Amino acid sequence: MHSDVIAADHHHENHHHNADATDVFGFWLYIMTDCILFSCLFATFLVLNYQSFHGIDLKYYIDLSVVLIETFFLLASNFTFCLAILNLYEDKIHKVVAWLIITFFLGASFVFLEVKEFIHLAKSGFRWDVSGQASSFFTLVGTHGLHVSFGLFWILVMIFQLPILGISSVTKRRITYLGLFWNFLDIVWIFVFTIVYLMGAM
Amino acid sequence: MANNLLFGNLTLDAIPFHNPIIMGAGVFMGLVALIVLFLITYYRQWSYVWHEWIASVDHKKIGIMYLILAFVMLLRGFSDVALMRTQQAIAAGTNMGYLPPEHYNQIFTAHGVIMIFFVAMPMMFALLNMAVPLQIGARDVAYPYLNSISFWLTFVGAMLCNVSLVIGDFAATGWLSYPPLAELYYSPTVGVDYYVWSLQIAGVGTLLAGINFIATIIKMRCEGMTLMKMPVFVWSALCAMILVALAFPVLTVALGLLELDRLFGMHFFTDFAGGNSMMYINLIWIWGHPEVYILILPAFGVFSEVVATFSQKKLFGYTTMVWAIGIITFLSFIVWLHHFFTMGTGADVNAFFGIATMIIAIPTGVKVFNWLFTMYKGRIILATPMLWVTAFFTTFAIGGMTGVMMAVPPVDFEMHNSLFLVAHFHNVIIGGVLFGYFAGLIYWFPKAFGFSLDEKWGKRAFYFWVTGFYIAFMPLYILGLSGFMRRMSHYADKVFQPYFIVAAIGAGLIFIGIVMQIIQICVSIKNRHALRDKTDDLWNGRTLEWSIASPAPVYNFAILPTVDSLDQFWVNKENHKAEGHTHPKEIHYAPIHMPKNTPAGFIIAMFSGIAGFALVWHMLIPGVIGFIGMIATIIARTFSKDIDYYIDAETVKKTELAHLKEIANA
Repeated sequence: MHSDVIAADHHHENHHHNADATDVFGFWLYIMTDCILFSCLFATFLVLNYQSFHGIDLKYYIDLSVVLIETFFLLASNFTFCLAILNLYEDKIHKVVAWLIITFFLGASFVFLEVKEFIHLAKSGFRWDVSGQASSFFTLVGTHGLHVSFGLFWILVMIFQLPILGISSVTKRRITYLGLFWNFLDIVWIFVFTIVYLMGAM
Repeated sequence: MANNLLFGNLTLDAIPFHNPIIMGAGVFMGLVALIVLFLITYYRQWSYVWHEWIASVDHKKIGIMYLILAFVMLLRGFSDVALMRTQQAIAAGTNMGYLPPEHYNQIFTAHGVIMIFFVAMPMMFALLNMAVPLQIGARDVAYPYLNSISFWLTFVGAMLCNVSLVIGDFAATGWLSYPPLAELYYSPTVGVDYYVWSLQIAGVGTLLAGINFIATIIKMRCEGMTLMKMPVFVWSALCAMILVALAFPVLTVALGLLELDRLFGMHFFTDFAGGNSMMYINLIWIWGHPEVYILILPAFGVFSEVVATFSQKKLFGYTTMVWAIGIITFLSFIVWLHHFFTMGTGADVNAFFGIATMIIAIPTGVKVFNWLFTMYKGRIILATPMLWVTAFFTTFAIGGMTGVMMAVPPVDFEMHNSLFLVAHFHNVIIGGVLFGYFAGLIYWFPKAFGFSLDEKWGKRAFYFWVTGFYIAFMPLYILGLSGFMRRMSHYADKVFQPYFIVAAIGAGLIFIGIVMQIIQICVSIKNRHALRDKTDDLWNGRTLEWSIASPAPVYNFAILPTVDSLDQFWVNKENHKAEGHTHPKEIHYAPIHMPKNTPAGFIIAMFSGIAGFALVWHMLIPGVIGFIGMIATIIARTFSKDIDYYIDAETVKKTELAHLKEIANA
């Protein structure tokens, strides 16, 4: 009987260990599918921007300096998120929450600037419904923006959830997912910045 | 104003009271639903239905629910067939038939959408849920709660599609809704919106299920089961699910962009202002071609299991089988353009895609020959699953050959959008996919339900289905070669009519086949005690699922199995003849960690249904409720700590011994 109990305990830990690895693997798979989603939007953007129709060109409307500031906000938010994760592994829950709050505000500034830019573009005549080019611009950049907004909401949920549930294997796993997601959005933004803004401004 | 926020564009005019066919169908569907609800209430089974089924995260029960959804939708999809076949049989010359073109267009659109998304896909996931975890020696899928969400999202997608029958209309654009026809200025009604949102919701469910099964197969195989010791069905499931994960995001984008065009006046696929409708057609087929392999690969897996089992022989050429599946998986991504050679990309591009398409015939041929060599010198048992396989060989070979014909671009220019194409893809989808799924369902039925299906009625259904299939579709090949285009509700030249009458007779025979399948299920349920599978291994199987009780206990395996060869169960049976069994009384059972049932998946899906319906009709308030409901349910669930439990060792032991006693008494 005694050996049974030990076997059960051992099995229990084993299971949880494996379950964690399986769960993170699944989240990676999800990130891959999101990657494909973005690659389709990039393809659409490129196709609709490099064909014969040239009505209203993006390059006359965008202000690269604002976009650069946006980029810095997003990159900085990624850095602060990493700091949150480092503190998570040392079980410093208050510091984790503090860094998450800072990450939230950096990310929110990014979204704020993006929305402001969208409004500015739309008011000066580059609306989503004027041409295929404009549609693909708003959809690609907007899908990224929606992802960031969703990430912000998720960060907010974790800011409330961490103090309630404490640091456990479950919350650690969730922060890991969130970190993967947040990093992924940064990488996508690098492509958006290069392909949409830098190449588009040329 | 408030009315507008609540109901959007929806008014009572949206219900076609003047159309007796639609109203009759709607009333019938409503009645069936009411009868089911009444029976559940009458027998006071709500608690059972809610806790044991709706809230279930058990892959075996989710598989059964997928199966029920698929069969219900098969009847719906087949009633469209009945309408189309009778219309085309009579609507020649001066006779306009009984269906106006705008209704006929909705019917063939709904038929395609339902048969692919809400019959074939759920049936595939039924098979995967019923068999994959058992075959790899796992206690559940990797994410049981996600599995429940996936099923209910698929269910809601199907229901949204059904609602369109009565409230508003469905797309009249063909099953892939090509723009510019699907754009708002050519399709101003809600039909295309229903199409988009029902497929988006079901598509998310499919994508999540795909991720779930990849993780299950990669991470949850029992000890010793290396990739090359997995049953071929698991291989085919893995490759199909990789295709799902790679292809379904493309569908999401294509449909999403189309909806943005319709909703916000964007110009992705319009034929002016820089839009490009061919972009949609490329995107949708980058999803669409892998989709047909998503359907056929699991069927190939079923054939591999069934042929080996019913020939009582090891599968011939396991390694080549696996490689063939892998090569098909890869090639399926570089052939999408053969669906529109007529786009005009030029000879070089068409040649590339034509040749790539023809190459797929090689790995497919390898598989067919492997199955034939497996049967060679085998002790073939012609039970119903094996009958379906034999019908598959010839039917699929014919379908495959017509496919290779159309892979030649100049030939395709002649056949494009003709009934020849329609005959071809029904030939491979019915003869390959559906026959395979039927074989698999009959094969695994005893493992899922504990009793087998009636063989006599199964054979009758089989003969009607197969003869019906040939009589229904061979005339379409002839018609297509004579230049008859698809999607015609009426034709002037009566010379075509005899062929359509023959095709209608064929459809009638298939209908008799379906009726016999329903009788088969009823008879089997009635005789379930006589048909009880008391051996746990009804077909003398080879893989792990046959080593456990029928129906499988909730935890599947009391002791997780260890494997060191392919077809371990078969090997064990061969060896144990000499050595004898270890008696279960001597086994030390450990407590088993299980996920708890949760209705969260069901609730999330219901809210997504509200959101989808609201998006179709532009209803603000229900839309907001739907979205907030979905997100709130997801978040609320993340706060719950009550998500798992243990089955203690004593209970496991009792269950196992009780089962052993039942078998011994048999």
